[in-house]
Amino acid sequence: MGAESSPKIVIVDESPIRAAILQEGLREAGYADVVHISEMQSLLSRIYALDPDVIVIDLENPSRDVLEQMFQVSRAVRRPIAMFVDQSDSASIQASVDAGVSAYIVDGLKKERLKSILDLCISRFNAFSKLQDELDRAKSALEDRKVIDRAKGILMKLKGLTEDEAYVLLRSTAMREKKKIGEIAQSILTASELLK
Amino acid sequence: MTRPLHIGFIPLVDAAALIVAVDKGFAAAEGLDVTLVREVSWSNVRDKLNIGLFDAAHLLAPVAIASSLGLGHVKVPILAPFNLGLNGNAITVSAPLHAAIMGEIEGDPFDPMATALALARVVAARRRRGAEPLTFGMTFPFSTHNYQLRFWMAAGGVDPDEDVRLVVLPPPYMVDSIVNGQIDGFCVGAPWNSIAVDLGVGLILHFVSDILVRAAEKVLAVRQAWSEKNPQVVDALIRAAFRAAEFIEHPGNRVEASRILAQPQHIGVDAEIILRTLDGRLKISPDGTIRQSDRYLLIGREGASRPDPAQAAWLYAQMVRWGQAANAAEALRTATAVFRPDLYDAALGQQGEPTAAPGAVGAFAGPPFDPDDIAAHLAAFDIRHRKS
Repeated sequence: MGAESSPKIVIVDESPIRAAILQEGLREAGYADVVHISEMQSLLSRIYALDPDVIVIDLENPSRDVLEQMFQVSRAVRRPIAMFVDQSDSASIQASVDAGVSAYIVDGLKKERLKSILDLCISRFNAFSKLQDELDRAKSALEDRKVIDRAKGILMKLKGLTEDEAYVLLRSTAMREKKKIGEIAQSILTASELLK
Repeated sequence: MTRPLHIGFIPLVDAAALIVAVDKGFAAAEGLDVTLVREVSWSNVRDKLNIGLFDAAHLLAPVAIASSLGLGHVKVPILAPFNLGLNGNAITVSAPLHAAIMGEIEGDPFDPMATALALARVVAARRRRGAEPLTFGMTFPFSTHNYQLRFWMAAGGVDPDEDVRLVVLPPPYMVDSIVNGQIDGFCVGAPWNSIAVDLGVGLILHFVSDILVRAAEKVLAVRQAWSEKNPQVVDALIRAAFRAAEFIEHPGNRVEASRILAQPQHIGVDAEIILRTLDGRLKISPDGTIRQSDRYLLIGREGASRPDPAQAAWLYAQMVRWGQAANAAEALRTATAVFRPDLYDAALGQQGEPTAAPGAVGAFAGPPFDPDDIAAHLAAFDIRHRKS
């Protein structure tokens, strides 16, 4: 299939969730021919076998250096060129590095088409980071809740407080010490461990 | 006033001067507030330096040259006012390849000509019996590792583009790849050779200092445009790195330096492995054989930190030899001008010791390197890239 009809896009990413988000975004935008590589072994020969028009790789992937080999004089049938070669568009380079994604294109694909693919990758990568942040926050909130519940239990037992009173004590201490309730609760747990 | 700086690095022992400069306060003493950013690929370091996310970086010397010439990528002029390390790489091979080479060797196993000739016989024997060509890993197309492997095997008659396969592999994958038989050997920096030996999967065949007496390895790289706008910052960085290199080279400080480098946010391996590297006392075989060399890795001593333009010319000559660059006087001038001993001298005043023998690459094969006539120099080598 020629690059102008539906370019073949390879996503190199060890994160299956991010790759799925990206793949879905590309499909929605009409890019039907998308392949995900999650296994870094023999990466180059896999890519050569797939012969893609565009390769998308995350910047946390050490195998980015493996892709650099494609620009060398080699036995490769086609010679991709790097996205960053387009120096006229520094804003999009900046945006892609910030988002943590990099794209490589093969000679012959129109610049405008790559631009739209890259923009889509950037927005999906950013969406994934946001999702990851939210997940991390939710996880730590859940962790905090567990710690606070245990600290409340200790206060109730030691000081003969009701659950509400124990919580109020925790909260007022946190406010006075300018700390998070979770931190105060954690120090109560640590102290009670030490005093056991 | 403190100047905030972001400096990228790859977790390798030759990032030592930068890491120690920050950790021991040499950078702060120069008024620099350095944030070190650990990276996973040379492509990332190069791109982030090029677009200004990094003010400076620990960079492969050939990448600084390639970037200045616009080879393989965007052309961004880079300067190297400080050399972070000389040598430090080693060639490690799998146990079966080691046995095959030792079965063919005539002479001293530490003589690179003897091993290269033996490798040529191993390669020929494999071809006769229709075996797959041997595969060697290296870290980047524009890397010392690539050129050192090529230089070594070509001296024995092995054409690196025809007789074997050379593949780029991120250093952390080298060990796995040798275990699962994807590669038969590799050339990489510390600590990865020692890790392969400790895991019992490889034997160190050569220190790169067997192949080249002095080989510029990593540089402290800055964008030329940034350097011109921030001359005092560049001076301060050179001084901080110089003090750190002095600290590391003092034998009494090696244990502390190894501990600093071993920390998880820095290199993140056992301090003992790093100490071996700094001391040049390496376990070269899983059976415990130790080999000592005072040339394994030079960080600052013997004038190692002063950039030597002849080294840049040698690296450019390798790019020409292997078809990455055309030989042109203008390009040679650009490549040579990447290494800036004048900036180094200006920053350090009298403290910078001048290189005893500038330009002494000291290769084990071929005529002495002549930076003024690369074409004639390369003509002395039979195996080189030929235009198809």
